[in-house]
Amino acid sequence: MTWSIFMQSLGLVLDPYVLLVIFCSALFGLFVGCIPGLTATMATALLVPITFFMPPVPAVAAIVTATAMAIFSGDIPGALLRIPGTPASAAYTDEAYQMTLKGQAEVALGAGLVFSAIGGLFGTLVMIWFSPGLAEIALQFSSFEYFWLVVLGLAGAVFIGNASVLKACISLLLGLLIACIGLENPAAHPRFTLGLPQLMSGVELIPMMVGMFAISELLRYITNLDPPPVMVTEKIGNIFSGMWDLLVKYRWPLVRGSALGTVIGIQPGSGADMASWMSYAMSKKFSKEPEKFGTGHVEGIVESGAANNSSLAGAWIPAIVFGIPGDSITAIAIGVLYLKNMNPGPMIFVNNPQNIYAIFLVFILANIIMVPLGWLTVKVATRILKVARNILMPTILLFCIVGSFAINNSVWGVVLVLFFGLAAFVLEENGFPVAPAILGVVLGTMMEENFVTSMIKSDGDPWVFFTRPIAMWLAAGTLLILFWPVLTWAWRRARPPVEVA
Amino acid sequence: MKFHDTLSGAALLLLALAILFNISSFPTIPGQNIGPAAFPGLLAGLLALCAVLLMLKGLRSREPQPWVVLGEWMRSGYHLRNFAITVGCLLFYILASDALGFLICAVTVLMVMFWALQVRGRLIVPLAIGITLLIHTIFYKGLRVPLPWGVMQPWQW
Repeated sequence: MTWSIFMQSLGLVLDPYVLLVIFCSALFGLFVGCIPGLTATMATALLVPITFFMPPVPAVAAIVTATAMAIFSGDIPGALLRIPGTPASAAYTDEAYQMTLKGQAEVALGAGLVFSAIGGLFGTLVMIWFSPGLAEIALQFSSFEYFWLVVLGLAGAVFIGNASVLKACISLLLGLLIACIGLENPAAHPRFTLGLPQLMSGVELIPMMVGMFAISELLRYITNLDPPPVMVTEKIGNIFSGMWDLLVKYRWPLVRGSALGTVIGIQPGSGADMASWMSYAMSKKFSKEPEKFGTGHVEGIVESGAANNSSLAGAWIPAIVFGIPGDSITAIAIGVLYLKNMNPGPMIFVNNPQNIYAIFLVFILANIIMVPLGWLTVKVATRILKVARNILMPTILLFCIVGSFAINNSVWGVVLVLFFGLAAFVLEENGFPVAPAILGVVLGTMMEENFVTSMIKSDGDPWVFFTRPIAMWLAAGTLLILFWPVLTWAWRRARPPVEVA
Repeated sequence: MKFHDTLSGAALLLLALAILFNISSFPTIPGQNIGPAAFPGLLAGLLALCAVLLMLKGLRSREPQPWVVLGEWMRSGYHLRNFAITVGCLLFYILASDALGFLICAVTVLMVMFWALQVRGRLIVPLAIGITLLIHTIFYKGLRVPLPWGVMQPWQW
């Protein structure tokens, strides 16, 4: 990064308007994350209609800040109510709640806050370090390599996760088919428009995401039969006391969690929740005191709290460099980048380097202001948790309606919101994960374009996909992931059967 | 509402077949073997395969399962009603917003939802009006979204 570009991007970030956007979206993210039932993805989906009206840098800054805050603040109801505020805190909710029962709520929340910020900064540094180099390699990619990259990303989305692989596949295919709707295909032939002129330009991404991530969650709230949770304590001491000792004592778990989180974030299709589950398990495995896990021991919170925040930054690496989202949040963000004519891909480092470095700076800034703002949020947490949700939810519904209307100033957006909200609700009730579908929609056009271009270049000979040097390795990697379940199945079959008790 | 895997599989298979039938009428591009039908055709083929696998999985599962399991919330009148009201509110907005205008529709939607979710009676009307005006100001004045005025046109501000 040359000095002049750095100064340019610093100027972009230190603009009072951008700083105001960052501050407001930080408060918004902290609030949304703190309310159980409202996830970080939902925070992003609700922000998108507003960012639609902003220039690119504040638009992306709003998303980056809000998600980082929401992932931390999801820890708060976990510790106080035993309900994770966002799925990314679910892995250590029990642990944090046990600590609260022992009267150590401030240690659990302090560890969540401090190590979230450190994890987030770690992921950001990895992103700053690796993205430009990766982009230089990516500049040499042709349609064959891009095709495999997309397939690799989608395969990751299907196979990494706790849902049934078959159902994830179906969800992904439905998403890819939705991307086929409309005129925007290499042949410019209107496909699957059902005679509706509104579908000619395809399904608009933003109303669809608002439907899938906000309306479906609203419906889940409406149909939730669980009794209201009880708060165990309203007294929270100084959350920063003793943090330095924890930092010294658990420096290796911290590094391990941050590194694992970043890697999981980079892997398309798996985001903060996966990062926190896996690093919690790893922390228990490598701990010197594994027997203490589950009884209110802070070590797991340190490691997975860092992991879920570092995965956020990790997920942006493939999103910026290749245009392939690392999780559902970056899938939404990529949609925003396209709307802002800031098409992700290696060329962005050549054409708009100042915007990219501005995004990096926003990441650093967001993780730093997380500490004081998070401290404030914890102070007022007991009051946020008492916010009447029967007033909040209808307000969100109205906000979704207006936000989806605003994209094209047409009520068609609201129709899409309703349709995709209901669809996502039914799919999830039946065990079909929604994240692969959204990745499919975002990547469908790119996949088809590269597929068709490659096939035309090779005169219809599919073997070229496997013979170019880089494409060959990407193909091998993809096929390995695709056939992994088959291989493990065959391996188990080949071995003599193990006695089952 | 949980459907039996065989049932979901059958529905997905029908969808895949409908897509395959639909793309058979897509034009081909002269001189090229890849037309607009190629990619969706590939996807629909894979979807059909997955659907058949899902049906087989459903048929082979040991424990018998009813075709449709109603979610717990569907047996609770209160939750079922609220679900219907939420969907109804969205439909109402879609159908009526152009004619009645944003303000009337939004206040109605909020009042109905507040009532359904048991917000205290005397709070319902002031909250609905206040929140509507707040959102209207943000989007209409702040972001210049042309929210429809409908019958309120003469009093537009």
